[in-house]
Amino acid sequence: MNSSRILTRLASPRTGGLLALAILIALLPLALPNSYFYDVAILVGLNAIVCVGLNLLIGYAGQISLGHAGFFGLGAYGSAILATRYGWPPLAALLATTVAVALLAYIVGRPILRLKGHYLAMATLGLGIIIFMVLTTEDKFTGGPDGISVVPFRIGAFALQGEHIWYWVVGVLLLLAVWLALNLIESPTGRALRALHSSEVGAEVVGINAAEHKLMVFVISAVFASVAGSLGAHYSGFVTPSKAAFLHSIELVTMVVFGGLASTYGAVVGAAVLTTLPQLLTSFEDYEMMVFGALMIGTMVFLPRGVVPSIARLLASRRKAVPDDKADGK
Amino acid sequence: MSAQFVQYLLTGLTVGAIYALVALGFSIIFNASHVINFAQGEFVMIGGMATVSLVAAGLPYFFAVLLAIAAAALVGLALEKFAIEPARDASVVTLIIITIGASIFLRGLAMVVWDKGFHALRPFTGNTPIAIGGATILPQSLWVLGVTLLIVLALSWFFGRTLLGKAMLATSHNRLAAQLVGINVRMVLFLSFGLSAALGAIAGILIAPITATSYDVGIMLGLKGFAAAILGGLGSGIGAVVGGLVLGIAETMSAGYLSSAYKDAIAFVIILVVLFFMPSGLFGRRGGERV
Repeated sequence: MNSSRILTRLASPRTGGLLALAILIALLPLALPNSYFYDVAILVGLNAIVCVGLNLLIGYAGQISLGHAGFFGLGAYGSAILATRYGWPPLAALLATTVAVALLAYIVGRPILRLKGHYLAMATLGLGIIIFMVLTTEDKFTGGPDGISVVPFRIGAFALQGEHIWYWVVGVLLLLAVWLALNLIESPTGRALRALHSSEVGAEVVGINAAEHKLMVFVISAVFASVAGSLGAHYSGFVTPSKAAFLHSIELVTMVVFGGLASTYGAVVGAAVLTTLPQLLTSFEDYEMMVFGALMIGTMVFLPRGVVPSIARLLASRRKAVPDDKADGK
Repeated sequence: MSAQFVQYLLTGLTVGAIYALVALGFSIIFNASHVINFAQGEFVMIGGMATVSLVAAGLPYFFAVLLAIAAAALVGLALEKFAIEPARDASVVTLIIITIGASIFLRGLAMVVWDKGFHALRPFTGNTPIAIGGATILPQSLWVLGVTLLIVLALSWFFGRTLLGKAMLATSHNRLAAQLVGINVRMVLFLSFGLSAALGAIAGILIAPITATSYDVGIMLGLKGFAAAILGGLGSGIGAVVGGLVLGIAETMSAGYLSSAYKDAIAFVIILVVLFFMPSGLFGRRGGERV
């Protein structure tokens, strides 16, 4: 059978791809022997949700952010503080936090997104670091560098506890995130984003409000990060400022680029590989950082387009002997 | 002017000079290649750490310093050869990830070669504070300021008066045109990494006696240097120096008069405020977009 046709079908985003992801999520527990593996899978899912949102911003709209861990951290701390310190119902805390983060992204996004290239990188990086410093310093609310514990997520009398329940919650939310992203990309908004990616002036000439579109996708990606942060805090029951740190921002961007820019499934693959990798690398002990850094350089040098688009391209060229641009997975 | 103010100013100038050196490293590489080298802070770390270990190994101070600078320059050249050069045509984000990967690699390497501890370097000449108008300044601070001034003068001579320097400048203005008049732009790119790394190492050695050094000292120094380079306007030499000094002074003043808890955040608050009003930094070229 020509497996390449099936794969092309799977790469078609809203039909086969989503189904394949759903089947993968449904079947994965068969391969997870104990709760440690469930734990890793949940972390993969949470990172994947952030990356799917971040990929909309970096991959499609072409706007880099080196500060998205800040939004993740705000989501985590917002939920932690409201639900734990002030006893809000976790769902209300999550919603209120999400709205607040969206508002913040909307307010700071407007001036920041006027910047281009390295200046935008600097501004988002700075924003992330400022958020990190506030979370570390305002220890009256945040518990400082030691972090704070978070109550379990409960709706009414039902508490979400244990890896198995969380696995399904995160799995369903990841599907939802991917579905939302794919629909956005195929909508007129998505086409507008890609247009302003290739040329902002060109896009404005044909009547696209570049500033509004960039701001919208910035807010969306911040919301994805914030929700994942809130859930992650409730899941692990503890949150420290490292969740908002510069290094976490870098990890998130690396996941997106590693998987493949402008590829929603690439973002999921990138999150999966780079979340699992450190677990495997712990056997290198002292050499862990070196190996991780070398792998980062190596993949970017040899697969500058990211894993998923590179593989899709390879399969396409094998099928037709001519590289096909449309085969860069969505 | 109160003595306290003078004290903060002197401290700020010292820190700012270090930021300026790091920022110059960012600008030189950016000019040659349009790459932001996030591993710039690791050169600073290598300079300090290598000097510490070479001095501990019994080498005369002066040779230890020279060797450490040479070692950092070699690392810079190797970085260009093995990580940047093979990915020449990659996108900006990809190149950013590569240099961040390099910085993680170098930090990991430093952790293995040396250790996780803090190390203080002996000051170049004595440790007796010198009184200036009610304030005091460490001899090492004078070294920092003096060497930075020398380097700035040397660089302006290099870029203004020597063939190689002019070739690098030409490459930064228009790569293709430079290539057409016979400049070896790949060599320029290669050398720019060596030069930046050497500058970073010098900064690391100068500051090590004041703040101590460790394997992860490069993260913050690198980010502040980047902030200084952006504040001045990417690629502008004067901008890098002014940006560094402004950040250093602002940081020390706000730590002294406002809150020391947010000392490290000040640089980024300033950069955000400046970028809101001047999207290309203080001295940056205002670039239009070609369609």
